[in-house]
Amino acid sequence: MSGPREKDEVSGVETTGHEWDGIRELDNPLPRWWVWLFYACIAFAVVYWVLMPAWPGVHGYTHGILHNSARATVAEDLRALAAQRGAEGAKLKSASLEQIEADPKLQAYALAQGQSIFGDNCATCHGQGGTGGKGYPNLRDDVWLWGGKLEDIQHTITVGVRSGDPDARMSQMPAFGRDGMLPATQIDDLTEYVVALSHRKADAGSVARAAPIFQAQCSACHGPEGKGNQAFGAPNLTDADWLYGSDRTSIHDQIWNGRGGVMPAWGHRFDAATIKALAVYIHVKSGGGQ
Amino acid sequence: MTAATADEGGAPFDAAIALVLTVFGALGALIVAALTKDPGFRVHAMIFTGAFTLASFALTAGLSSGGFKPDTSKYMDGVIKAGVIASMFWGVVGMLVGLTLASQLAWPNLFYFPDFGFLNFGRIRPLHTSAVIFAFGGNVLISTSFYVVQRTCKARLAGGLAPWFVFWGYQLFIILAATGYLMGITQSKEYAEPEWYVDLWLTIVWVAYLLVFLGTIWKRKEPHIYVANWFYLAFIVTIAVLHLVNNAALPVSFLSAKSYSAYSGVQDALIQWWYGHNAVGFFLTAGFLAIMYYFIPKRVERPVYSYRLSIVHFWALIFIYIWAGPHHLHYTALPQWAQTLGMTFSIMLWMPSWGGMINGVMTLSGAWDKLRTDPVVRMLVVSLAFYGMSTFEGPVMSVRTVNALSHYTDWGIGHVHSGSLGWVGYVSFGALYCMTPWLWRRERLYSDRLVEWHFWISTTGILLYISAMWVSGIMEGLMWREYTPEGFLAYSFVQTVEAKHVAYMVRALGGAMYLTGTVIMAYNLWRTIRGDVRQGETGVISVKPVPLGPALPAPMAAE
Repeated sequence: MSGPREKDEVSGVETTGHEWDGIRELDNPLPRWWVWLFYACIAFAVVYWVLMPAWPGVHGYTHGILHNSARATVAEDLRALAAQRGAEGAKLKSASLEQIEADPKLQAYALAQGQSIFGDNCATCHGQGGTGGKGYPNLRDDVWLWGGKLEDIQHTITVGVRSGDPDARMSQMPAFGRDGMLPATQIDDLTEYVVALSHRKADAGSVARAAPIFQAQCSACHGPEGKGNQAFGAPNLTDADWLYGSDRTSIHDQIWNGRGGVMPAWGHRFDAATIKALAVYIHVKSGGGQ
Repeated sequence: MTAATADEGGAPFDAAIALVLTVFGALGALIVAALTKDPGFRVHAMIFTGAFTLASFALTAGLSSGGFKPDTSKYMDGVIKAGVIASMFWGVVGMLVGLTLASQLAWPNLFYFPDFGFLNFGRIRPLHTSAVIFAFGGNVLISTSFYVVQRTCKARLAGGLAPWFVFWGYQLFIILAATGYLMGITQSKEYAEPEWYVDLWLTIVWVAYLLVFLGTIWKRKEPHIYVANWFYLAFIVTIAVLHLVNNAALPVSFLSAKSYSAYSGVQDALIQWWYGHNAVGFFLTAGFLAIMYYFIPKRVERPVYSYRLSIVHFWALIFIYIWAGPHHLHYTALPQWAQTLGMTFSIMLWMPSWGGMINGVMTLSGAWDKLRTDPVVRMLVVSLAFYGMSTFEGPVMSVRTVNALSHYTDWGIGHVHSGSLGWVGYVSFGALYCMTPWLWRRERLYSDRLVEWHFWISTTGILLYISAMWVSGIMEGLMWREYTPEGFLAYSFVQTVEAKHVAYMVRALGGAMYLTGTVIMAYNLWRTIRGDVRQGETGVISVKPVPLGPALPAPMAAE
């Protein structure tokens, strides 16, 4: 309802004379501080437009008197990073793995890079500390599936395991049970045999029955004494280190299903220097054995 | 035709037309369900069939019983009542899904069912955002806009049955969107996930909404249009434009849920965030400012502080907001000049945003004591405090160098939730607490004490939530950019996740408290609707009766 402009008794301010469902409006002016802050924000924007790339035109855009460019800034940041990484960064490219480990400064640099790369790429499976988990090898001990020498580690990282890369570390344990290669009773016996191999108490009858089966089916990869073979990534069955668990159920599962993990071929993602740094990092963290 | 006589208006006629359309709709959807090879699409075609069939039954029953005769002396309040109930329902559902997600982020194995992929985090995250924004927020906006436009225009809603179509059509949109997310039907655009056919359905519903709203304003009996209606109209029109442009897509086939966007690459990203930011600007800001402009002066019974400020900040807000989207794409493939414009317009947006806060808060001058005595007023005013805080935080975060730290971190999540829990949530709760006794003709709420409990539990929850997100967001931002002296990243991503664990637990606690408050509100409103009054409450705030219709005075209050 449009009526006469009346005075609001509480504030002493005139209303606009309109009313909607009992709601009226005061005719207060814009708060001065609000107006000035609004102007200040607009002034800031105009100054920013003058200084920085801002308005598009028919051909290109206004570059601003500072000639700032996000692309140029990134290139500059990368140059600064290379400078921070210093001489070691360049040296790492040409140095051999042994040279890196022999030069304390270069080794420290490689460890710093290796730790950074490991955390975002390898830790997903091997864990932040590199201690692995069920199905994921522990990298902090001296038990190695595919070899623990510097070159072995470098090669494994580069080509991966069952990764699809033509040079990948490749082996496949058969699924003796699932594929019906051995009867269930023989797999039960083999389980006891493997338990006995790792110097634990096992059923003597089963072990005796399984001995010829082990020699016929398993020794080609795991060796006649079950000590494994790093050429095939075949684990040593006589120690206390178990990739898929040491209890009878786990061992039985493994013989039945013949599982094998996959590790990506990081050579497709990282340059050679980065892989060298990773190899040195993993080698040193594992105790640096040969 | 039924026994309806011609002089009783067109409503039975439009109901008959609607009946024909729903029958054809049900048949068409059934045919699509039979022909399609896409299982998700078939489920949706069946939902359409069911919805159209139910609608045709309801229309038949209504027509044969001689219903649908509008009482033009009264406001159309039934559809608003339905909207209040739907708002409460979807609010609780959406926040419950949010609490589930927050708990999963703190304890990832919680509610993790590897065999039921449709319950995975990635499927239910858009369920949460859509449920709280579009289902809860949308129902609050539709129902309050129907309430406000009738009262401030002194006119019954236009369009006969059309408001009911808007209400039920919108609920169908919500059901289609939600079931689609669970089945993996999405076009992967934030806040615009539903696929082409759901977008088309929403377009029909939204155009009907616009026409109902415009039609009511058209036949108003007031010479001027109230400021709340400008904001509602800006919200409805702009959302229509945003929706149509961002969802332009070509379906693979008319028998398939899948479509391809009309845009690609950085253009797609820019249009998406032009849409995404203005969904915040026009859905969650302009629409809820409209609520503020009616319910605050109405509840505190004071005039709006400044008419001039409302005009200037309205036009400044809608002109500047529409430019701000590129600030979501800083340091990306988006050209730097576009980033500059997004940032500078966001900074210029600061004062236009604050205009609404000033106008709302200053409306209380002369009635400050109500902050102490009326918890509903306190809720409405605290919503403006959160609005002011997040509309200051937004421009700060849009500055490129600040954004370099804040982008992709939990700071963004905290910012969104201070705006949504604090501003959108509280102004909605305030409006629901006002509207429920008005609509159901109750003299008071079931309990004012429960409103106090709601207020304090939820406010503590919000503060826990946003503080936790500031801490974890700034922490992870700093950890991501930390370099070792040798020049390598100091922290792996997993380490930053690990570091956030405590903050995530606090956030889940804050969310649980906020949900608790909402459940208390739903209970309180439900008892109010039933007409109960809680025993033993002193200092009761009575509710002034409101007019039943443009031609009817307010009923006498029972003393």
